[in-house]
Amino acid sequence: MQSWIPLVPESASTFSWKVDALYFYLSGVTLFFALLISGTLIFFVIRYRRRTPFEIPRPIAGSHKLETVWTVIPLVIAMTMFLWGATVYFDQYRPPQNAIEVYVVGKQWMWKLQHATGQREINELHVPVGRKIKLIMTSEDVIHDFFVPAFRTKADVVPGRYTSMWFEATKPGRYHLFCAEYCGMNHSGMIGSVIVMEPRDFDNWLGGNTGTMTPAAAGQQLYQTLGCASCHGANGEGGRGPALTGTFGSEITLTNGAKVTADEGYLRESIVNPQAKLVAGFGPIMPTFQGQVTEDQLVQLLAYIKSLHYVGATTPASASPSPSPSIR
Amino acid sequence: MKPIESFELPSPSKVNYLNAVYGLKSWLLTKDHKRIALLYLVSITFFFFIGGIYALMIRLELLTPQGDFLASTTYNKVFTQHGIIMIFFFLIPSIPATLGNFLIPMMIGAKDLAFPRINLLSWYIFLIGGVITIYALLAGGVDTGWTFYTPFSTTFSNSYVVATGLGIFINGFSSILTGLNFIVTIHTMRAPGMTWFRLPLFIWSHYATSLIMILGTPVIAITVLLLAFERVAGVGIFNPALGGDPILFQHMFWFYSHPAVYIMVLPSMGVVSELIANFSRKNIFGYSFVAFSSIAIAVFSFLVWGHHMFVTPQSVYAGMIFSFLSFAVAIPSAIKVFNWTATLYKSSISYDTPMLYGLGFIGLFTVGGMTGLFLASLATDVHLSDTYFIVAHFHYIMVGGALMGYLGGLHYWWPKISGRMYPEGWGRFSALVTFVGFNLTFLPQFVAGYLGMPRRYHAYPPEFQVFNVLSTAGASILGFGMLIPAIYFVWSMRYGRRAEANPWHLPGLEWRTQSPPPTENFETTPIVTWEAYEFAPPEETEVVGKFRSEVERAT
Repeated sequence: MQSWIPLVPESASTFSWKVDALYFYLSGVTLFFALLISGTLIFFVIRYRRRTPFEIPRPIAGSHKLETVWTVIPLVIAMTMFLWGATVYFDQYRPPQNAIEVYVVGKQWMWKLQHATGQREINELHVPVGRKIKLIMTSEDVIHDFFVPAFRTKADVVPGRYTSMWFEATKPGRYHLFCAEYCGMNHSGMIGSVIVMEPRDFDNWLGGNTGTMTPAAAGQQLYQTLGCASCHGANGEGGRGPALTGTFGSEITLTNGAKVTADEGYLRESIVNPQAKLVAGFGPIMPTFQGQVTEDQLVQLLAYIKSLHYVGATTPASASPSPSPSIR
Repeated sequence: MKPIESFELPSPSKVNYLNAVYGLKSWLLTKDHKRIALLYLVSITFFFFIGGIYALMIRLELLTPQGDFLASTTYNKVFTQHGIIMIFFFLIPSIPATLGNFLIPMMIGAKDLAFPRINLLSWYIFLIGGVITIYALLAGGVDTGWTFYTPFSTTFSNSYVVATGLGIFINGFSSILTGLNFIVTIHTMRAPGMTWFRLPLFIWSHYATSLIMILGTPVIAITVLLLAFERVAGVGIFNPALGGDPILFQHMFWFYSHPAVYIMVLPSMGVVSELIANFSRKNIFGYSFVAFSSIAIAVFSFLVWGHHMFVTPQSVYAGMIFSFLSFAVAIPSAIKVFNWTATLYKSSISYDTPMLYGLGFIGLFTVGGMTGLFLASLATDVHLSDTYFIVAHFHYIMVGGALMGYLGGLHYWWPKISGRMYPEGWGRFSALVTFVGFNLTFLPQFVAGYLGMPRRYHAYPPEFQVFNVLSTAGASILGFGMLIPAIYFVWSMRYGRRAEANPWHLPGLEWRTQSPPPTENFETTPIVTWEAYEFAPPEETEVVGKFRSEVERAT
C-alpha cells in the first residue's frame, strides 16, 4: 500500500499529510547535509591527496567564528524541527471532543474491539470516513502497540491502565493494523485491518451487525450481578459508596484533600484497587475486584458509568456527547 | 620539536611484550594492559562472530515474507540474542577494552593503567558474564528482545531471562572497573608535559566514555536485579497485576541504555579523530571544541532517555522536554563532523585502509545522526517508532559508526599491537566491500520503516519483500567484508611484513617506542614538549585570522 508519492505509505488520515510534510522537511535537510558533508569530503580527499611521501601541510589552529557558525546554524535548524514536531504531536495526543469511542483490548496475539453501539470485532476495525474516532485501549497481558501506518499514528497498549489515541480517516479503504510493540511468540501475527467506509456503508455495516448488547448495557448487568448496586445505588445514585451519576469527567476530592479528575484511569483503579484514592467522606469498605473482572468487563463497567453522565441509566454511551478528558 | 622524519626511534629490540614471557599462565595472570587488551580482543571477536551468525539467520528468515526458515519462537530468540551479544559483549567493550586498554597508557606516556590487577579482574568478570550468557543461550535461549520490556520479561516469557540477566549484570561490573581505571589513569599517570590539552582526542573521548560507564552501568545492574526479583520472587515492581508499573522499567532501562549508545560511539569518535588528523597530517580543526563536545555528549546523554518512550503513556509535556534535549545532544555530534571535515582542508591525505574506514565513518555517522533527528522529532517518531526505520538508524550509528571506527583503529594500530603489517591491498578492498555491503543492508530499511514495516516481525506483508531482499543481499556482502580482515589479521601475525616502530611517520607517543612495545612501554619515561597532532614546527602554525581570510578568498 503506497501512495502516489514514491516510498511513502498511503495517506488516509488527517495526520498523514502533517507527518509527511515534516518528514519531507527532515529528509530534505538530511539529504542536504549528507551531500554537503560527503561532497566536501570527496572534494578534499581528491584535492588534498598526498602527493609526496614527506609533505607536511601547514597547521591551522581552528576558527572560533567558523565553529560558532556551525554550532548555531544546526541549533536553529534543530529547533525548527523540534517545534514543528511538537506541534503536530500535541494534536495527535489531545483527544478531540465528540469523538466516536471504540474500546480496544489487546491480548497475546489478537485485537478485540468493541463499538459503543455493541458491535464486537476481532483484528478488524470498521470506522466511518470523516469522523473523529477515539480508541480507549488496554491490554490483558503484555504491552502491545496499536499502529496504523496509513494513519501515521500509533500508541502503546499497556496492561493495568488505559491509553488512548485518535484519528480521523480521510479515505475509504482497508489499511494495515500492526502490533508494533514486541509481545512474544506470535507478535508478527497480531495484525489486522482498519476498514474505512463511507458513512452510509458504515451505517449499513452497523445495522447488519446488531444483536450484541452495547457495552453500557452489559456493564449495567454486571453492575447488578457483582453487587455494586448495594453500595452505589440501584442506578448509581450513591449510598454507602459514592454516587456514580455524573461522576465521569468531574473533579473529585479525595480523603487526603487532593483532587483528581474521574477519567477512565481513575475509575479503573477505583475498581481494581479501591483503597488507592478514596473519595472524601467514604470509608475504605469496598473490596478489590482485581482478578474478579476481566479487562472486557472493566470496559463494560466503565461504559456503564460513563453512560450515567446524564440521567437515564440505559442511554447508550455513544448517544451522550460526553466530554472526553485526556487520559494520558 | 623535530620534523617527523628525524624522530630518534629506539633501536629495534628483540624483547617485547609478546615474547617477554611465554606460556598460557603468563597470559592468564598477566597484568600488562597490552596483553589484557589482546585477551579482550580474542574474547570480543568470538562474541562478534556469534552475533554475526545470528544476524545472518535474521536476514535469511526475512528474505521471504512467510516465516519459513525459522519457527517464530526461534526467530524471536535469534534477534534477541543478536542484540544482547552484539551490544553487551561486543560493542560496549569493543574499542575501550581493546584499543583503549592498549593505547591509553601508551598515548599518555605511562607504563600501565593505574590498577593493573583490576584491569585483569575486569576481563575475568567479562568472561564470567559471557560464559553465563552463553550457557543461557545453549540451555534454551531468551526471547524478550534485548530491551527486556516488562511485564513480558518478568511474567510471560518462557525462556532463560534470569540467567541472561545475570550474565549482563556481571558483565556490567567489568565495564565499571574499566571506566574507573581509565579515569584514574588519565588523571594521575600522564607523562611530564602531557597536559590536558596536549592529550590526543582518543583520550578525551575515552574519558567521556568512562564517565558514562561508571555513572550509567549501576542503573542497568539495579534494573536487571529488580527484574529478577519480580520474575523469581513475584515481588510486584513492574507487573501491574502485582501492583507494579511496566513503564517504570522502560525509564530505568533507557536511563542506562541511551547513554550506552554513547559508550559505543564516543570511543569510535576518538579513533576517527586520530585517523583524520594522522592520515591527513593535520592538527584537528578546533581541538578544544572536539574535546569538549565529547564531554557535552556524555552529560546530555543522561537527559534524553525519554525519547525512547514517545508512544508510551509518558506525559505529553515530558515528551516535549525529551524531544528538545534530544535535538540539543545532536549539536555536539554535528560539531565533530564539521570539524573533522574542516581538518582535511589543505591537508595531505593518504588513502591507507585506516583512513578509508575513518572517511566511511564520517559519511555513515552523518546519515545515522541525521536520521536520529526523525526520531527526536515527536510527530515523526510516533509513526517511525518500532519500525525498521529505527533498526536502520541505530545500525548506522552502531555499525556504520562504532564498528567502522573499531575496524579503522584496529588497522591503524595493528603494526603497533602485532609488530606486523596487514596486507594494504586487501585492507582497502575489505573497507570498500564493508561500506557497500553496509549501505545496501540498511538504506532500504529506512524506506521499509517509513512504509510501516514493524521491527521484530518474523513474517511480514509481501509488499515489504523487495526491501528485505535488498537488505539480505547487502548483509551477505557485509558478512564477506567482515571475514576478509579476520583472515588477513590472523595471517599477518605470522606472515605479515615486520612493522617499523613508526610505520605511518606520526608524532603520537605510541609511535615513539618499538613495535611491538616492550612490557614497560617506554625505555625511559617520555617528556612531552609538543602539542597533539604537531606535524610541523610550531612557528609555522597559522593564526586564526589568516585562515579566515583564506576561507573568504576561497569562497
